[in-house]
Amino acid sequence: MVKNNLGHAAFCAIVTVIISFPILGLNLEARGVNITLTGASTSTYVAILVAAATVFVFQTFRDSLMGLLRKAPKLNPISRKQPMERSRRVKLESWIITGIVIFALFWPFFVSRGSVDLATLVLIYIMLALGLNVVVGLAGLLDLGYVAFYAVGAYTFALLSEYMNISFWMALPIGALLAGITGMILGFPVLRLRGDYLAIVTLGFGEIIRILLNNWTSLTGGPNGIGGIPDPTLFGMEFGRRVKVEGNTSFHETFGIAYSGEHKVIFLYLIALVLAVITALIIRRFMRMPVGRAWEALREDEIAARSLGLSRTAVKLSAFTIGAFFAGFAGTVFASKQGFISPESFVFLESAIILAIVVLGGMGSQLGVILAAIAVTILPELAREFSEYRMLIFGAAMVLMMVWRPQGLLPMRRTHIKLNRQE
Amino acid sequence: MQDLLYFSQQLINGLTIGSAYALIAIGYTMVYGIIGMINFAHGEIYMIGAYTALIAITGMTALGLAWLPLILLVALICAMIVSSSMGWAVERVAYRPVRGRHRLIPLISAIGMSIFLQNYVHLAQGSRNVGFPALIEGGFTFGSGEAFQMSLSYMQITIFITTLICMTVLSMFISRSRTGRACRAVSQDLGMASLLGIDTNRIISVTFVIGAALAAVAGLLLGMYYGSVDPLFGFIAGLKAFTAAVLGGIGSIPGAMLGGLILGVSESMTSSYLSGEYKDVVSFGLLILILLFKPTGLLGKPEVEKI
Amino acid sequence: MLEVQNLSMRFGGLLAVDQVSLDVQEQEIVSIIGPNGAGKTTVFNCMSGFYKPTGGKIIFKGKEIQGRPDYKISRLGMVRTFQHVRLFTRLSVVENLLVAQHRHLNTNMLAGLIGTRNYREREQRALDRAAYWLERVGLLELANRDAGNLAYGQQRRLEIARCMVTEPSLLMLDEPAAGLNPAETKELNQLIVSLKEAYNVSVVLIEHDMSLVMDISDRINVISQGCPLASGTPEEIRQNDDVIKAYLGEA
Repeated sequence: MVKNNLGHAAFCAIVTVIISFPILGLNLEARGVNITLTGASTSTYVAILVAAATVFVFQTFRDSLMGLLRKAPKLNPISRKQPMERSRRVKLESWIITGIVIFALFWPFFVSRGSVDLATLVLIYIMLALGLNVVVGLAGLLDLGYVAFYAVGAYTFALLSEYMNISFWMALPIGALLAGITGMILGFPVLRLRGDYLAIVTLGFGEIIRILLNNWTSLTGGPNGIGGIPDPTLFGMEFGRRVKVEGNTSFHETFGIAYSGEHKVIFLYLIALVLAVITALIIRRFMRMPVGRAWEALREDEIAARSLGLSRTAVKLSAFTIGAFFAGFAGTVFASKQGFISPESFVFLESAIILAIVVLGGMGSQLGVILAAIAVTILPELAREFSEYRMLIFGAAMVLMMVWRPQGLLPMRRTHIKLNRQE
Repeated sequence: MQDLLYFSQQLINGLTIGSAYALIAIGYTMVYGIIGMINFAHGEIYMIGAYTALIAITGMTALGLAWLPLILLVALICAMIVSSSMGWAVERVAYRPVRGRHRLIPLISAIGMSIFLQNYVHLAQGSRNVGFPALIEGGFTFGSGEAFQMSLSYMQITIFITTLICMTVLSMFISRSRTGRACRAVSQDLGMASLLGIDTNRIISVTFVIGAALAAVAGLLLGMYYGSVDPLFGFIAGLKAFTAAVLGGIGSIPGAMLGGLILGVSESMTSSYLSGEYKDVVSFGLLILILLFKPTGLLGKPEVEKI
Repeated sequence: MLEVQNLSMRFGGLLAVDQVSLDVQEQEIVSIIGPNGAGKTTVFNCMSGFYKPTGGKIIFKGKEIQGRPDYKISRLGMVRTFQHVRLFTRLSVVENLLVAQHRHLNTNMLAGLIGTRNYREREQRALDRAAYWLERVGLLELANRDAGNLAYGQQRRLEIARCMVTEPSLLMLDEPAAGLNPAETKELNQLIVSLKEAYNVSVVLIEHDMSLVMDISDRINVISQGCPLASGTPEEIRQNDDVIKAYLGEA
C-alpha cells in the first residue's frame, strides 16, 4: 500500500515546491524603474520544505491516516451523546439569542468607545448576513453582488440628506425600499438563469453599480464619496456638541448632562441593535410562513416545486427583494455611522465577506450566521498582527468548510410541527 | 480615411486583447464542459502565471542572459509549469472532494480558492503593481504626417501568433490524441465514460492543467502588453474571460475564441468612442444580455431540461 | 375531463412523440404503457407543462392548456409525480405537504407577519389536511423526519400524498411502482383504487408492472417509438397482436 503511494507522494511534494517556491521564495522589488529579485528569509525556505515534506508523508501514509481520522470522531466525547430533542434544541436556540440580545443591550455602557463602534459594525454585518441568508441559504440563489443593494441603501441616505435634508429616520425606510425595488428590477430578468450563471450576473451587476458610483461624479462625487451625512436623532434631539438643524435640541442639554462623544456612539449602537433584532425576527417569521417554505422548496427541487404550483419567478423574486431590502436597511445605518461613504466600501470583497459569514455560520441558520458575523468581524481585530492574513484565512476557511462541513458550523434546524390526528 | 484608420486601430487593439481573453476563456469553457462548474479561481491562476513569468524574466536578466527568444521561452515554460501545477493542486484540494455535491458547494469552494490565491500572492509579493519590462518593442505604423497614425506593434503580432499556435495545438490535441478523445467522451457523459474504463479523475486533472497552461501563456502576453502586474490582475481578467466563454457558448472551444474576440473588440470600441471607465459596464451588460436572450451563447448547444 | 389530441414533441431532429391522443373521463384510471424510450414520460412532461409541445392540443376541463406554464397547469388541478422521486429532501415530511398547499394558504406576507386570523385558520387547515393524508399513507409518525431520510417506498407514498393535498382532479403517476417490493406494490394498488373511488380523482398512470396495470386500469393506451399503437380495455390490449409484437419483438 505504502509503496504504491510513494510515486504519487513524491509528485505531490514536487508540486508543492513548484507552487510555493517562486511566489513565496523569490520576491519582486521595484527600485525606481528597475525591478530586482530578492530572496525571502531562510524561514520561508524552511517552511516550504516542511510543507513539501508534510505533503509527502501524508500522501505516503494516506490510507492509514484517513483511517485514523475516521476513527477520531469516536474519541470525541460529544459525538456519542444522543442529539437533543428537536423542540428542545429550538427552544435552547431562542434562549441563547435572547440572552445575547439582553447582554448586548447593557454591554456598551461599560466598555470603551472603540469597542462600541466595532460592535455597531458587527451588527451591520449581522443585518447584511441575515438578509443574504434569505437569498443564498434559504432560496439557494447565489448572489455575488449583494453589496450593490447595501450601496443603494447607503447612497440613498447620503444623497437624500445632501440634496433634500432628509433625516435618518425618514431615509431608513426609503433606503430599504429603494434597495428592495432595485433588487426586484434587477432580479426580474435574471432569476430565470441557472444557479451558476446567476452568480456571475449578480457579480456583474455589483460591479456595474460600483463603476457607476465611481464615475457619475456630478451626483455621487465619484471616488471622493459623499461626506457630512447626519447622525440619527432621538425625538429631535441631536447628539452633537452644537445643534446643526434648526428646531432640534441637543441631547445633553435636554437631560442636563455633560456633553460626551460616547452618547452618540452608544445611541447608534442601540439603533443598530434594535434594527438587527427586528431583521432577525422578521426573517425568522418569514421562514415559517408559506413564502419561507416556498424558498426552501425551490432550493431543494425546482422542478417538483413548479409541478406543485409554485411560480419560480415569484418565489425567487420575493427572496431576492427581501434580501435586498435588508441590505438597504444596513446600508442606511452604515452611512449614518460613517458619516462619509465612497465606492471603496462597496467592492466585491465585501460581498465575499458577507457570503463567507453565511457559509461559515451554516446556510439557513440564524444563530449560526449571527455567531459567524461576530467571529469574522472581531477575530481579526483581536489578533491585529494576523489581520493581514484575514482574507487568506477567509478563503481557506471557505474551501475547508465546503469540503468538510458544507452545512456550516451550526446547521439549520427544522422546526418541529405538531399535528393532530385527523379522523 | 482618418476615421477609418482610427477605427482600424481600435479593431486591432480589441482583437489583441480579445485573443488573450480567448486563451483564458478556454480554461473556463473546458472545465465547465467537463464538470459543469465555474472555476472561479482561474483568473488567479492566470495572475500567478504572469507573476511567475515576470520572476523568471527578472531572474534571467539578473543572471546576465540577454538573448530575447531564450528569455521569453524560459519565462513561458516556467509560467506554464507553475500555473499548471497550481491548477492541478487547486482541483485536487478544493474541487475534487466536493464534486457531485449540490451545485452551490463547488462554486463557493472556488470563490474561497480565488480569495485565497489572491491573498497568497498579495502577502508574498506585496499589493503594489510591479512593472513588467517591455521586451518586444517597435512595430509598423500606417498613415503619415500629422494625421492619425495607426500602429501595429510587434507585441500585438506576437500575441496573435502565439494565440493562433496555442489554439491549433489544442484543437489537434482534442481531436487527434487519445487523451483528447477521452476528454470529449467525459464531457459528453462523465458517468458513461467512467463505465467504459476512462480514468475520469485523470481526464479532469488534464483539463485543469491544460486550462492553466493556456492561462499562463495569456499571463505572460498580457503582462508584457499592459506593462504591469498586481495581485488583483486576475480578477477582472478572469471575469472578462468567463464572459467571453459564456458569450461564445460555454463548453465550446471555438465559442471561447469567438467570444473573446467579440468582447475584446467591443471593449476597445467602448473605451475609444465612449469612455474608458464604462468598458467594464459594457462587457458585463453584454454578458447579461446574452444570458437573457441566448443562455447557451453563440455557439453553444441548446439544453433540454432533464426531468 | 382531459383530452389529448395529436400531441407531438420534437427535439431537434428527433420526433419523440408523434400524434399521440388519449382521453380521460371522470373517475377513471387510464394507463400509458410501452417499451422503454417510447416517449411516455415526454407525454407527461408536455401535459404537465414542462415541455411546450410542438403540435397538438391538450384540453383539460374545457380549456386548452398546451404550452401554459407548468405551475399554472398544476393550479388547475392536474398534478404529477416523477419517475425518480422528487421530494424536498431537506424539508421535513410535513413541510413537504405544506409547500404543496401553497395556493390554499394565505400567502400575503403582511398577513403572515402580523398573524391575522385568516392566516392562522388557513395554516391550521393545511396542517390538518397534511395530517389526514399522512395518516392515510401511514407516515404520520414520521411527520417531522427529513423527507430525504425516509425509505424508498415511504418516499413514493409521500410523493403521492403531496399531490393529494393539493386536492387535484387529475393525478399523473409516473412509474409509481418502480423499485417497490410486491407487498408495497399491492398497497399502492389499493391506494390508487381508493383515490379514484373515495376522492373522485382520475388517474393517468405510466407503469411497467403489467399486473398492476391490468388490475386497476379502466383503459390502456399503448405507445411505441413515440407513436400510438393501440388503446382499449385491459382485455382488448392483452389480445392485441401489435402490442404483443412490440413487447416481445418480432420473433
